[in-house]
Amino acid sequence: MKRETIIENIKVRSGKDLLEFTDKSKNRIYFTINKTILTQIAKYLFNEEKARFSTASGVDTRKAVEILYHFSIDEIGLIVTLRVILDKLDIDKDSLKAGFQKGLEIDSLTPLMKCAEWIEMEMHEMLGVNFKGHPNLKHLLLKDDWPEGNYPLRRDNI
Amino acid sequence: MAHKIIPIGPYHPLQEEPEFFKLHVDGETVVDIDIELGYNHRLIEKIAESKNFDQVAFLVERICGICSTSHPFAYVNAIDDLIGVQAPERALYIRTIIGELERIHSHFLWLGLAGHFLGYNTVWMWAWRYREPVLDIFERVAGNRQNYAMMKPGGVRRDMFEEDFSWIKKTLKDLIPKVDMFKGAVMDDPVIHARTEGVGVLTREDVHQYSVIGPTARASGVAKDIRKDDPYAAYDKVEWKVITYEGGDVYSKAVVRILELYESINIILQCLDKMPKGPIDSGIKDIPPGEGIGRHEAPRGEVIHYVMSDGGNSPSRHKIRAPSYMNIASNKKAVIGETISDAAIILAAVDPCYCCTERMAVVDYKTGKKLMDGQDLIRLSQEKTERLRGRHNMPPLH
Amino acid sequence: MSLRLKALTKSIWVYHMSTGSCNNCDIEILDMLTPRFDVERFGITLVGSIRHADAILVTGSLNLKTIPRIKAIYEQAPKPCVVIAIGVCACGQGMFKNGPNCPNPVDSVLPVDVYIPGCPPKPEAMIAGVVKLIEKLKGKK
Repeated sequence: MKRETIIENIKVRSGKDLLEFTDKSKNRIYFTINKTILTQIAKYLFNEEKARFSTASGVDTRKAVEILYHFSIDEIGLIVTLRVILDKLDIDKDSLKAGFQKGLEIDSLTPLMKCAEWIEMEMHEMLGVNFKGHPNLKHLLLKDDWPEGNYPLRRDNI
Repeated sequence: MAHKIIPIGPYHPLQEEPEFFKLHVDGETVVDIDIELGYNHRLIEKIAESKNFDQVAFLVERICGICSTSHPFAYVNAIDDLIGVQAPERALYIRTIIGELERIHSHFLWLGLAGHFLGYNTVWMWAWRYREPVLDIFERVAGNRQNYAMMKPGGVRRDMFEEDFSWIKKTLKDLIPKVDMFKGAVMDDPVIHARTEGVGVLTREDVHQYSVIGPTARASGVAKDIRKDDPYAAYDKVEWKVITYEGGDVYSKAVVRILELYESINIILQCLDKMPKGPIDSGIKDIPPGEGIGRHEAPRGEVIHYVMSDGGNSPSRHKIRAPSYMNIASNKKAVIGETISDAAIILAAVDPCYCCTERMAVVDYKTGKKLMDGQDLIRLSQEKTERLRGRHNMPPLH
Repeated sequence: MSLRLKALTKSIWVYHMSTGSCNNCDIEILDMLTPRFDVERFGITLVGSIRHADAILVTGSLNLKTIPRIKAIYEQAPKPCVVIAIGVCACGQGMFKNGPNCPNPVDSVLPVDVYIPGCPPKPEAMIAGVVKLIEKLKGKK
């Protein structure tokens, strides 16, 4: 069964970097992984399993920013969600103004798959996450002179 | 030679919504394209956090007018996934009917606009005329021509009446000869072939790289359809098939959409026959903490909603991704290497929906820098059609 | 009635401008032109350039990014030019009233002459709105 193979493969590949696994329902599975191995697992899903990158959701949970990468395996209608938790290390106001918060940094998936370009730009402007290696990290949706350090979907924003 | 830049938009007559393209051209060939979004952005994801779960269904309906039931559909699927309930059987059938009616009106709409870009304004007028009966059905069923407000977490908001069924069936069956006519018009016309075949090709590899979905992917021979892959509502209870077409060009995209019209009519007719009697709402009271992902195959492709609840009254995070978000990005691949006069139809071929993409969206002339605008682009496109008609010894259109 | 005003009310050419709408009003505007409603028989037609327009149809809730653009477009319009706000978003922002990206209503930026509410207004309502506008311009009650 493809579903079991994928679960097994991700478990083996991530080893102790797999923090949590939730088997929510027949078609929805969630993996919480360490951010260091994100590129490796995404590469496995996208290149080897030919999964379709559906989208990514950025969630601010006050203490951390979580990014959920949703991959869709269309042959079996399965959504594999990779959850990465980026802890906010430094929450003093000065560093907020400077742009990014320490810790909110992750490797960009755009060099691996082109479809991740826009969603990473969007998360960058909405949540202030820095994607290392993204070729074109600027405003996508908000106006060009949107105030620096003001991220609309952040909970600590005003 | 230095590249010239042609700015199109954000307010241009090419599409109804504002967006801004920069075509980098070398002579007549497009060598690069920049797409700028944001003219329709309304931060709906943020507003959703301040509405309660019932109100969000109305809010997401206003993300986009053309696919105005797709977003509520994906949203209620997400809530159903979050709680782990399923709506009553009758509600599932009603949801399916509304979803498919919307596909019919949306595909007619695209067909009309594509005809307009190619210079066939008659196609535009006819396609939109045959779209009206579908809107009449909506008016009878939901009370409004657009924004139907039928979806509700755990069911549907309104019932359908048995006495309307025979009239709905007759209206839909009357559409079939009209679709036949469009099919003939597209498949037999040598000029449409010349204008659209081999233009703006997306290969299977591009489809994977850009994660393209919906009719745009199916026109490249990739049989991806959420209704089949991850069945929801009543799609696994009726007989239908996924339409694919090899080629990946503008022509294939048109053919896929036309053939899908037959399937949609077929699905609705079956649903009307099979619909059981019973309740339409499972009466959800509380939404527990948790997260859910809901998907729906909108006319343009997969809509995906991610809803996170903390047990309160409103979602603590609601992520929306519309199909055009993935499809428009693929324009980068499809337009490069083509001529300017083909750019209009290629940009339109993915059936872009900027409202969805930006969750708000239209085009304007950048003062001072204007070399050419969207109207010129349509004119160029229409002139090319006239030239080709001349070559085929056909009378001029205008 | 001045000649200018007479020319304006004779056959109104409209320019359509979406400022962050959901597209519904925009399709209904196009719908007006197609055979069932066919406003072209009254000489009303959609033009691609603001420089040809007698009236601007504004839809949507006016987001921050479009404000400088629609100001620029309105400046280019030949005067007199009437502004018609179509749909609840353009009339009073509707659901997006508290949205962070659309803080300004349309009538704070453009001088709106007619409001046509509805979500979306039916084509009949839009035609009725235009008829009332013409009567108002002609000075009738």
